[in-house]
Amino acid sequence: MIEADALCKRFGAIEAVHEVSFTARDGEITGLLGPNGAGKSTTLRMVYGVLAPDSGSVRIDGIDIRGETSRARAHLGVLPHAAGLYGNLSARENIAYFGSLQGIGRRQLRARIADLVTSLAMEDFIERRAKGLSQGQRIKVALARSLVHDPANLVLDEPTNGLDVMAIRSLRGMLKQLKSQGRCILFSSHVMQEVAALCDQVVIVGQGRLLAHGTLQSIRERGGTASLEEAFLRVLGTAGGCE
Amino acid sequence: MMRALFTVFGKEFLENLRDRRTLVSALLFGPLFGPLLFGAMVSRMLDQSIAESDEPLKITISGAEQAPNLRRYLESQGVTLTLSSLSEEAARAAVQSRAVQVVVIVAADYAPRFTAALPAPLLLVADSSDAPARKSADRVRHLLANYGSDIAQLRLKSRGVSPLLALPVAVNEIDVATPTGRAVAVLGFMTYFVLFAVLMGGLYLAIDSTAGERERGSLESLLSLPVDRASVVGGKILATCAYMCLSLAISLAAFVVVFRFVPLERLGMSANLGAGTALKFFAICLPFVPLGAALMTLVASFTRSYREAQTYLSSVLLVPTLPIAFASIYSLKAKSSLMLIPSLSQHLLMTSVLKDEPIAPLEVVLSAGSSLALALLLTAAIARRWRRESMLG
Repeated sequence: MIEADALCKRFGAIEAVHEVSFTARDGEITGLLGPNGAGKSTTLRMVYGVLAPDSGSVRIDGIDIRGETSRARAHLGVLPHAAGLYGNLSARENIAYFGSLQGIGRRQLRARIADLVTSLAMEDFIERRAKGLSQGQRIKVALARSLVHDPANLVLDEPTNGLDVMAIRSLRGMLKQLKSQGRCILFSSHVMQEVAALCDQVVIVGQGRLLAHGTLQSIRERGGTASLEEAFLRVLGTAGGCE
Repeated sequence: MMRALFTVFGKEFLENLRDRRTLVSALLFGPLFGPLLFGAMVSRMLDQSIAESDEPLKITISGAEQAPNLRRYLESQGVTLTLSSLSEEAARAAVQSRAVQVVVIVAADYAPRFTAALPAPLLLVADSSDAPARKSADRVRHLLANYGSDIAQLRLKSRGVSPLLALPVAVNEIDVATPTGRAVAVLGFMTYFVLFAVLMGGLYLAIDSTAGERERGSLESLLSLPVDRASVVGGKILATCAYMCLSLAISLAAFVVVFRFVPLERLGMSANLGAGTALKFFAICLPFVPLGAALMTLVASFTRSYREAQTYLSSVLLVPTLPIAFASIYSLKAKSSLMLIPSLSQHLLMTSVLKDEPIAPLEVVLSAGSSLALALLLTAAIARRWRRESMLG
């Protein structure tokens, strides 16, 4: 479970995130939705602890990310906005590098990678150098890399950005599979349809502020329309967050 | 902490072993550039100096009919004379266009003044900015001075004066330059090539493991791991050091081989560069390795892209030349206080080894200590930089 409480972050004169609170529960996919520049990446970076909030806190399975960063991170898998691989390493070596840095022993790591290879269907390319992989294969390796320590929580920042249709489909399938394993999944997107297709819970942000937080159904009801797109635009419109 | 450090080290080492760019710069271009350039240069110098001293001196002389005696003297000294009648203007033009090297013009009033025992004017036209021409001009000047002094002695004798009166002092020269010492003058800048090889060895890894990590988009994933960033930085620097050591070893081996084929003895030099000297060089440069690695990693940590890092780091390659250039301008000799300056201290120690001079243990300790201390300081600065939020970019 990921709990964000009243997160605030400024960069100089710009208030990137202001008083954003939400909870992402286990066994659910939570979508962080908002237009570009709404503060999604900044929020997620505070969630996985590479940015320190000016105020507010984040707890991963109840562990404070600032107070006990390493222990909290052990419960957290991260797929940042830029999730590049090391081109000269094989897919397996890419995953093993992160596993080793997570402190996983050699034998256990081998077994864990074997599991990931099966569950993410990576048999065909696991020994190939990362620079020769297709987009869909790359996203699998990046995902496997962030799951190598078997975290209960997974944060993904705009994971579908720049992916082709096939890769997006396969990513959706993997996220649903992870959800069914009881994991807590938090991902950001500026594409409403994507959130609609996957999420149980939606957190809408605009201009660094929390605009709405609830199920797809409750967002629709709030917007007073059956169309999610309309509802989304209305929620954003009330904050003037839409370009 | 140590485990993470070695994991990062192993990954960086392996990844760059598979990268052609790193391999070419670290293990081929960097270490071999110096020795090959050096071998070529010294061989060329050798050919030139041998050729020049054997070559007969050629002079274009104008108005020789006025000075038959001078002409006979020059010919008796083995000078090849080309007779012509050039005006001063024509002579200048001929020398400037490099058609001829040296022109001697016998002035119109040479013969009457010579007979009257007055200074008889000769005009020597040469271009001192052209090195071979300058040498020829020096030889001509020397011959003319000898001729003059012969005539003077004859004149004094004929007037019943002892020619010795015209020689108030007798200067004898003793050249104490040992063959090795002379070699050092030529080999002086070889130490820079050694330090250059050290830096080139780590250049691409320093860029790849910092700016490259950012450009590839793997930096943020790495920074969101539960690992102390000091270990990540430490592992990267260590891998850079490993390649720098390899490059240094290859470079020194190449120097040993090159010096086998360059016949320095023929220049009256003996270069003291065998396997033993190479090992001493390696030991002297070893403390410079982490310093160079930390310096390059620090600079690259502040850049946004591969290209930007390349631009800044190519100037870092020149940093070790500064103290060395300073030292050769002021011809500094090894002493304890200078041992505190990295790159200069390595240069001075290597020069001492080349000259077969004794080295005080304190100087070695100071040289290694100051380099390592600075390396630690820079590493701390890198870790600080990596802990900042702005590292994410």
